[in-house]
Amino acid sequence: MSDLPLIQADRAVPPPAATTSTGGRRRRLRLLSRTDRVVITLMVLVPLLLVTAFVWLPALATVVLSGTDWDGIGPLNEIDFVGARNYSDVVNIYPPFVPAIQHNLLWLAVLFVVATPFGMFLAVLLDKELRGSRFYQTALYLPVVLSLALIGFVWQLLYSRDQGLINAVFGSNVDWYGDSSVNIWAVMIASSWRHVGYIMLLYLAGLKGVDPSLREAAAVDGASESRTFFRVVFPVMRPINIIVLVVTVIESLRAFDLVWVVNKGRNGLELISALVTQNVVGEASRIGFGSALATIMLVVSLVFITIYLATVMRENRE
Amino acid sequence: MSTATVTRRTEDGTDIPVRRRKLTPARLLLHGFLIVVSLAWIFPIAWAVLTSLRSYEYTAANGYVSFGGWTFDNYVTAWRTAEFGKHFLNSVYITVPAVLLTLFLASCVAFVIARFNWKINLVLLGVFTAANLLPQQALLIPLFRLFTEVPLPEFMSDSELLYDSYWGLILINVAFQCGFCVFVLSNYMKALPRDLYEAAMVDGASVWRQYWQVTMPLCRPALAALATLEVTWIYNEFFWATVLMRTGDKFPVTSSLNNLRGEFFTDNNLVSAGSVLVAIPTLVIFFMLQRHFVRGLTLGASKG
Repeated sequence: MSDLPLIQADRAVPPPAATTSTGGRRRRLRLLSRTDRVVITLMVLVPLLLVTAFVWLPALATVVLSGTDWDGIGPLNEIDFVGARNYSDVVNIYPPFVPAIQHNLLWLAVLFVVATPFGMFLAVLLDKELRGSRFYQTALYLPVVLSLALIGFVWQLLYSRDQGLINAVFGSNVDWYGDSSVNIWAVMIASSWRHVGYIMLLYLAGLKGVDPSLREAAAVDGASESRTFFRVVFPVMRPINIIVLVVTVIESLRAFDLVWVVNKGRNGLELISALVTQNVVGEASRIGFGSALATIMLVVSLVFITIYLATVMRENRE
Repeated sequence: MSTATVTRRTEDGTDIPVRRRKLTPARLLLHGFLIVVSLAWIFPIAWAVLTSLRSYEYTAANGYVSFGGWTFDNYVTAWRTAEFGKHFLNSVYITVPAVLLTLFLASCVAFVIARFNWKINLVLLGVFTAANLLPQQALLIPLFRLFTEVPLPEFMSDSELLYDSYWGLILINVAFQCGFCVFVLSNYMKALPRDLYEAAMVDGASVWRQYWQVTMPLCRPALAALATLEVTWIYNEFFWATVLMRTGDKFPVTSSLNNLRGEFFTDNNLVSAGSVLVAIPTLVIFFMLQRHFVRGLTLGASKG
């Protein structure tokens, strides 16, 4: 996957005298001068090398390492391939794995069932050109500019057992971040707080792009507002819907910062991303094992990235 | 204003008439709902600001749900104990070169993709865009190893490695963020009229001039939007700095907060002053360049 584009990019540099079969709009490419060809090669090659070296090759290496027993210290030629042993170890003898999968799925479910529809609902309300709409919008997407790590700290002021606002107001004595039976919900609320604003923004942009004549036609036909939305507007926003779906899946898969600042993803806050990190930077450097976990993340995300790319590329071609 | 119609100023500065609506009970309810939600959304941030302005002694004695004990001392203490000055500088060292480099490299690729109709362009676009969406942790293991293997001369990094150096963080941020910018910029450049290039070529402009002197000036709005967005993203970046840095002194400010929590014990007033200090640059950018920020986020999502 990673070296393929390199080869093709090289081949693409001499201009393949592009005449098109679809009408005469696109003109025949003029022959490019030698300097032009060098410039184009560099313009593509330098960034491509960077992305290949720092993103695609490491991704590939992760997949390869997941089949080895490397401890991260010995020389590379002493690596033994152990087949799928790391994967079976992950599933069978690694206690945090099952909770982590459950937490990731729970995260996805909450973002998808609660935060995303709420963001969409707010976008629909704000699309009505209300007075003061600017204020509402600003308030709602303010959290989007904060980092998730910072959000962890800000919410600690509400969640802290001894100094937190929630316990002070309700006279309760719950350690919202520390108690392993509630902390995953606490961080998900903080995460949703940010996600809602982002989704609202995406849908607000999507709603502005909907052809107004569609709504007028629906209104003439006597359709109610909610019926118009679900039967006419929502289906028209299909590309945005798919983007939101992918953003939500990838966000929940990549969730990391919040649980890491709370307790490094332990004690009730296990997530796949935190487990990978623990296995590499932590005390035990189990490379093959950590890579198997990382490969699982990679495969899941690639499925959704492909869906995303197929959608936006189709959009672009239209 | 002599006209009676209410007007609304759109983004490009033209006034368009808006129908004046009556305030029906349903609309009042809607406003009430939105006000409640908006205030609830601002509340955690407002609470952090409020907490940061009160003395620990007062809140310890009277509880946080009280009134009084106003002071700026937390900011002074937080700034000094946490050496925020140094960490802010670290963030600048990483963010400024990373954003400039990202925009430059991404615009190069985007230009080639938008300017020429080669089949390879679609693959290129896919390679860059997908890279931006991969989970960082999936690359961590080989990258971590790579960074500890690549030597740098001592004047570039006192660890003499890519690991634990500003260069490493700049490179990884550029590699990761390029994809998003390529995607947005190539869409933007595709919308520019092709006649421009015809005219430029008649004048004998090289490909580089077509990029630098024809395309780039026209992309200013998109570049501004992306710059705003990338500054906040790279400034907020937490993961790479946490795992690819070792020396506490070199941490950018977002990641340094995690180390600071230990120093602050359970003094939430100090923690909140620290949080507000870290948030200030992004909040300032956000309020000053709100239009760019929002447009940047939505540029990537829709064709608008």
